[in-house]
Amino acid sequence: MTSVPGIVAVVVVALATLAIGTWGLRVSRTTSDFLVASRSVGPRLNASAIGGEYLSAASFLGVAGLVLTFGADMLWYPIGWTAGYLVLLVLVAAPLRRSGAYTLPDFAEARFGSRHVRSVCSVLVVAIGLLYLYPQFQGAGLTLRSAVGAPTWVGPVIVGAVVLANVTSGGMRSITFVQAFQYWLKLWALLLPAAVLVAVWFSDGRPGAASSLAGAPVGDWSAPLASGGGQGLYVTYSLIVATFLGTMGLPHVVVRFYTNPDGRAARRTTLVVLALLGLFYLLPPVYGALGRAYAAELAAAGRSDVLVLELPRLMVPGLLGDALTGLVTAGAFAAFLSTSSGLCIAVAGVLSQDVTGRPWRGRRLAGVTAFRLGAVVAVVVPTLMALAAPHVGVARAVGLAFAVAASTFCPLLLLGIWWRGLTAAGAVAGLAVGGLGSGAAVLATLTAAAPAGWPSVLLEQPAAWSVPLAFATMVGVSLATRSRVPAHAGRFMVRLHTPEALDLDRG
Amino acid sequence: MVRAWRRTHLGSEADRATFRALHSASLASPALREGLTTGSAERSIRHLRALLGTPALAITDTAGLLAWDGTGQHHEDQVPALVAATLERGGTRGFDRADLPCQEAGCPLRTAVVSTLVVEERVVGTLQAFAPYPTAGLARANDEVAQWVSGQLELAELDASRTRLMEAEVRALRAQISPHFIYNSLGAIASFVRTDPDRARDLLLEFADFTRYSFRRHGDFTTLAEELRSVERYLLLEQARFGDRLQLTLGIAPEVLPVAVPFLCIQPLVENAVRHGLESAEGVGHIRITAHDRGQECVIEVEDDGVGEDPEKVRRALAGDASSDSVGLGNVDARLRNAFGDDFGLVVETAPGAGTKVVVRVPKFAPGVHP
Repeated sequence: MTSVPGIVAVVVVALATLAIGTWGLRVSRTTSDFLVASRSVGPRLNASAIGGEYLSAASFLGVAGLVLTFGADMLWYPIGWTAGYLVLLVLVAAPLRRSGAYTLPDFAEARFGSRHVRSVCSVLVVAIGLLYLYPQFQGAGLTLRSAVGAPTWVGPVIVGAVVLANVTSGGMRSITFVQAFQYWLKLWALLLPAAVLVAVWFSDGRPGAASSLAGAPVGDWSAPLASGGGQGLYVTYSLIVATFLGTMGLPHVVVRFYTNPDGRAARRTTLVVLALLGLFYLLPPVYGALGRAYAAELAAAGRSDVLVLELPRLMVPGLLGDALTGLVTAGAFAAFLSTSSGLCIAVAGVLSQDVTGRPWRGRRLAGVTAFRLGAVVAVVVPTLMALAAPHVGVARAVGLAFAVAASTFCPLLLLGIWWRGLTAAGAVAGLAVGGLGSGAAVLATLTAAAPAGWPSVLLEQPAAWSVPLAFATMVGVSLATRSRVPAHAGRFMVRLHTPEALDLDRG
Repeated sequence: MVRAWRRTHLGSEADRATFRALHSASLASPALREGLTTGSAERSIRHLRALLGTPALAITDTAGLLAWDGTGQHHEDQVPALVAATLERGGTRGFDRADLPCQEAGCPLRTAVVSTLVVEERVVGTLQAFAPYPTAGLARANDEVAQWVSGQLELAELDASRTRLMEAEVRALRAQISPHFIYNSLGAIASFVRTDPDRARDLLLEFADFTRYSFRRHGDFTTLAEELRSVERYLLLEQARFGDRLQLTLGIAPEVLPVAVPFLCIQPLVENAVRHGLESAEGVGHIRITAHDRGQECVIEVEDDGVGEDPEKVRRALAGDASSDSVGLGNVDARLRNAFGDDFGLVVETAPGAGTKVVVRVPKFAPGVHP
């Protein structure tokens, strides 16, 4: 009975998640506990929560699969996903918190005082959210197929239903404790099996990579003159640009920073996030490396994304292997549950505010109904995409979402925070150019329409050209419309960049 | 074909002229609704000149020029004289060549019609239309436009006085820490001075902090954390007086503590709850304060199990009836609506004998709202 540990793990994770969400904050308190009750979320707890929401199926399953198939080149993915927070820490975290914005469209509205920029941002948030959600659902399909042996379409449908039920009933609000729990669950779910597997690898006499993989070329990414090396180098740079700059544009990451009481706490939180992610990302490459020795046939069969789930069973037969499989399945389930719930809430929130909550033919939906309608859209669309779109690999699909975020919100945030001269017209033009450019690239990749060679490479990894293009457009159009710099830009800058402790009229 | 389509869809020539006039008026009105300033005059004058169809138009206050649109800027110097001459008599007045000496050949500004702008029976400025020939039509049109502008300015005055009223109410609310509360608190503290001096000292310090927060001068908004801290001090002082009769339950999601809320928007609700829950009923009173995270907004509830109230009375208090003893409710409701829009008014659930629950919804972000 190979499916038992998987089912048990999935049920346990779901129940534990719901239980913490339900009872975590229902502790009654008296006045003497008032200070405890009204204490804000500390940086460590908040950072765990960010980690919990951020580490998706791409991190949990995808990285190991990429390393298995393509080797060490693919370590750029986890490095970039971590380093994104470094950029966030240095340039964005504190000013963004001080702006008082809850979502990215909020920031745009506060910065430019314009409903138009807000609408454009809302469209982009929804697009990025959906693009990020669909590989989560595909990953869920893989997890359930591997754990229970269900057909691939069952996973997205069932998981979509679970997330939808959770989000619309209010049981899975992005409560900090739940998300923090998910991070530590994911960490231990990878750490413990990894320790056992490494021990097994030692006792097996430390075998090297299987012969079918040993001949894979290594070093293309750093050698522009090797055959195909130009493309390899381009891909690497593009990946770095997308992941380093894309993190700040992910809708579910930004909303978490609102929980920090001030800019300083936002920086401290980001610092802890860096440490937590650095710790976590040590583990998937271990699975990838072990997989090259023990599970080469998965790469040959094109099922490298399930490596993390299958490896314990392949290396350790018997009860221990089943138990470890249950553990990694629980981690994978937590990974897509937390990320897709967070994304679903973020997308549904924007939809309910700017689409479903708008008056339509003189009638208006109530807040809760509008939110639920938004949630339905945020779940059904990526579910259908997961069923219809080709499987491009969980990590690669998430990489596309990063590329779109880097080409749109990164210039908006960086220029909006650090350059007084950005105008609403410049912002809209830059968002449009970056969004359309990277969006077209995503479409071409998902439909596999691009011809092979350089066009295909340029479209698969658009960030290296679309991000500079978006920056240039924003700066250029802003300079052309210099007379229309928002009147309050100077004062807004003061509010973004002065520490809260400074006594100052921020008007 | 095109003509037929245009005729059926846009009406006759007269209709279209009307539409154009209405459109010009609608373009001018947002600026005028800010009151009569150089900025608003400059932004509206173009549309007003389109409305009148004169070669030049000037808007002034009672002292001199605010904005000029059209040709013949060399006449700007003569504007103050026209203002002075019109203010003497009021109403609309015509001026001819003798009043507009001009050296430039072919200058089309040979006559002027000046109408006063009146807000609440006080002259605040003039509208001056310049034309080559004096016509009765222009005099009439200028008079009508000046009256329309006056109406817009009066609306602006109304907006401004509404804002002033709101500010005055906040000031009143700050000053309105009930005398009973001060008296009762000091009395309760006095009772501890001999038996428990340390507690008396602590309570006095709490009292000092509470009054400092309530009398704070700057800023209309504060964070929910700050507001709750003040509520805590208030409840500590009330507990010194009521002892175990006041039972408190708290459930506050830490995620919503940084949310910006109007200054003193929770404390009056808690004060109401204490009053309804305890002062008018014997026995133990339970008060429950919760704050939930609801994604884009946060929901704060203040609940008591006291005597409750007639819903009709609460409705009147929310509508602004000052005779009600729940003045705080109406004020908090008005300020919430003012800051966040009509979707975010107070919701009060109550009935005689069934306790009271007040629900406050606050969006996590609203433009222009920050602590």
